[in-house]
Amino acid sequence: MHKIVSTIFLAENIKKIEIEAPRIAKKRKAGQFIMIRVGQTGERVPLTIADSDPEKGTITIIVQGMGKSTRELNSKEAGDTVSDIVGPLGTPSHIEKFGTAVSIGGGVGTAIAYPTAVALKEAGNYVITINGARSKELVILENEMKAVSDEAYITTDDGSYGFHGFVTQKLQELIDSGKKIDYVLAIGPIPMMRAIAEVTRPYHIKTMVSLNPIMVDGTGMCGGCRVTVDNQIKFACVDGPEFDAHQVDFKNLTDRNKLYLPEEKQSAEAFSHQCNLQ
Amino acid sequence: MQPAISRIQAPVGFFYSVMMTFLHYQLCSDGFFCINTPLFFIEITMPTQHTLTTKERFAIPRQEMPAQRADERNKNFKEVNLGYTAELAQKEALRCIQCKDPACIKGCPVNIKIDQFIKLISDGNFLGAARKIKEDNVLPAICGRVCPQEDQCEKTCILTKKHRSVAIGNLERFAADYERETGNVELPTVKASTGKTIAVIGSGPAGLSCANDLIQLGHSVTVFEALHELGGVLVYGIPEFRLPKDIVKSEIDGLKKLGVNFIPNAVAGRSVTVDELLKEEGFDAVFIGVGAGLPWFLGIPGENLLGVYSANEFLTRVNLMKSYQFPDNDTPVFNCKGKNVAVFGGGNTAMDAVRTAKRLGAEHASIVYRRSEAEMPARLEEVHHAKEEGIEFLMLMNPLEFIGNDQQWLTGAKCLRMELGEPDESGRRRPVPIKDSEFILPIDMAVISIGNGSNPLIKQTTPDIEVSKRDTIVVDINTMATSKEDVYAGGDIVTGGATVILAMGAGRTAAKAIHEKLMGTVIQ
Repeated sequence: MHKIVSTIFLAENIKKIEIEAPRIAKKRKAGQFIMIRVGQTGERVPLTIADSDPEKGTITIIVQGMGKSTRELNSKEAGDTVSDIVGPLGTPSHIEKFGTAVSIGGGVGTAIAYPTAVALKEAGNYVITINGARSKELVILENEMKAVSDEAYITTDDGSYGFHGFVTQKLQELIDSGKKIDYVLAIGPIPMMRAIAEVTRPYHIKTMVSLNPIMVDGTGMCGGCRVTVDNQIKFACVDGPEFDAHQVDFKNLTDRNKLYLPEEKQSAEAFSHQCNLQ
Repeated sequence: MQPAISRIQAPVGFFYSVMMTFLHYQLCSDGFFCINTPLFFIEITMPTQHTLTTKERFAIPRQEMPAQRADERNKNFKEVNLGYTAELAQKEALRCIQCKDPACIKGCPVNIKIDQFIKLISDGNFLGAARKIKEDNVLPAICGRVCPQEDQCEKTCILTKKHRSVAIGNLERFAADYERETGNVELPTVKASTGKTIAVIGSGPAGLSCANDLIQLGHSVTVFEALHELGGVLVYGIPEFRLPKDIVKSEIDGLKKLGVNFIPNAVAGRSVTVDELLKEEGFDAVFIGVGAGLPWFLGIPGENLLGVYSANEFLTRVNLMKSYQFPDNDTPVFNCKGKNVAVFGGGNTAMDAVRTAKRLGAEHASIVYRRSEAEMPARLEEVHHAKEEGIEFLMLMNPLEFIGNDQQWLTGAKCLRMELGEPDESGRRRPVPIKDSEFILPIDMAVISIGNGSNPLIKQTTPDIEVSKRDTIVVDINTMATSKEDVYAGGDIVTGGATVILAMGAGRTAAKAIHEKLMGTVIQ
């Protein structure tokens, strides 16, 4: 059992949750994730670790309520518990001094882009962050991203805050302005990551993305999270979750993530019904 | 059946003594008497073993394992085999001729004193039999169910020369179940504390047997398990219908009572490394029993289509995550109802997967194997059970490609028919393609069950442990010691995919070597 220490909504439906997990707090590196099981009949859900406090023995995750499990997790408050957490899993982000590094987060993906931006900064990079959301209310971690950036940009799809447009447009603008970019990390919805890969491809800028395939165990045992990278099968849980964006088969990932849509809908509806009854 | 003691008729030469007064007897068709009473009322001694003539003994047929009806069990996840009753067990035990130099013991990887425990069963001393087995085997209720006895102890049984072997596995299971179900499990004595601490990585068969021996020798033992449930492959791999999870739980509870400390959700190489266990956490030795790792795929086009699974994923979803109880359990699995499911492979895992698909409602659940049935590595009992349950066996077929629709859902497998050629290096006849025999097998779900590679995490994080070309850990087979000081390994991470009992044997070998190394003494 792991106790939740604090929770706060960062935006509608996006909650920051700090949980006791001393072993993981001590070991985790940027880019790694945990598998969390909310209750005894729950799924194992992969979530990237946004932050940790080794002294306090806590880790922080940022969760967008989408299906049953994430919404159930977001209904938890400080003092509540979750059944199981295992981690830190996955290969940590490859961090080195690239020169100028751009860390791009789309929506809740910013929660994952943030710790890597911190690590890139610590490694001595000139760090540019692009923090994208649909609208102003959905922008998260604005101050945190700003604090680790040499240049920080916000984009909103509807223009309600910051740059009016997509993160890809902002990145293209930076490239067009003649800025020499050595490294791009993009984390967000699959269409966004796919689009970023196409922006940087012609310029041969090393670009990494963090993939979110469906997982079961998260330790390399089942192969459910296999993705196609450079025409080879890779397991996101042990070989990833970060891969070279220019070699990822995004279409296959998009298709495979639709595997359980009817079941996900059924569970989510049952959960809504249960919430309404309470 | 009459509950009257006067109805008892025993063959000449029998003598018996009944300790309880309300036993019910039944004269069976073959002239032996049976006891029809709940197991726990029995307190009976029947020293019949030495009183039967060899001819009489040979006249007793091998007692079949009672099982759920095939057309019922292929729709539920309850255990297929129901277990011997006391009378079946005693009758079967009487078939053992008590060899002076029992070959069966040599056929057992952990050398259970088979002749002695069978004698105890025939004497009606069922608890004694269970304890005799436990002198050599920590998990008899599990091994009695999942060991390939026909290739081990039963294969070497002297009776196989003229008759069918004694059903050693069924008897082992009976004794272990009797002990557990009657609440008579006796905890072994634990020696005085040695002050030594040992970390066991993995709570599967290798880890559990290693932990059991070490704790009894007086060491402090902590077992690290990657998943949220304890038991390793016994929990995520082997289905409920072949090994009920309550049994695994009860065996592990026994170890907890002895003082073994279990830490779930701890992945070796990620949550904690071998070096950290030795240097920072102060363990005196580490045993690695992490099992097999990454599942192999066929490496053919279309393997990432929706509906193509590894056997590990399919079985983990159903067994560990209990997706057969979706939506009561949150984890979904491919909806097999009314679908065509093909499992590619011919081992026990393939049998588990295909029988699981049938239970989930598959209209056609088939094994697709590139050789013939004779070459299949699965246990005969599993093949037999699968056939009874309506599993189809498509032999001498090799998949070339998976084919999907425009939504990327699997619709079929392009296969090639094969014929058997000359034996290959494994001694099995090599499958050779038949020219122009390609055809499309229409399927909605494919499960790939062709084995596993090795877990890469230990190798990545502990480079000073020597591994083979196949990435299995290299050990001295006499001690299971690795190339790294104070680190031992056993089970599938050493052998590649093998059996529960071999893993247990390795765990025990390592426990003995660890004890001897730490204490500077030799266990006789």
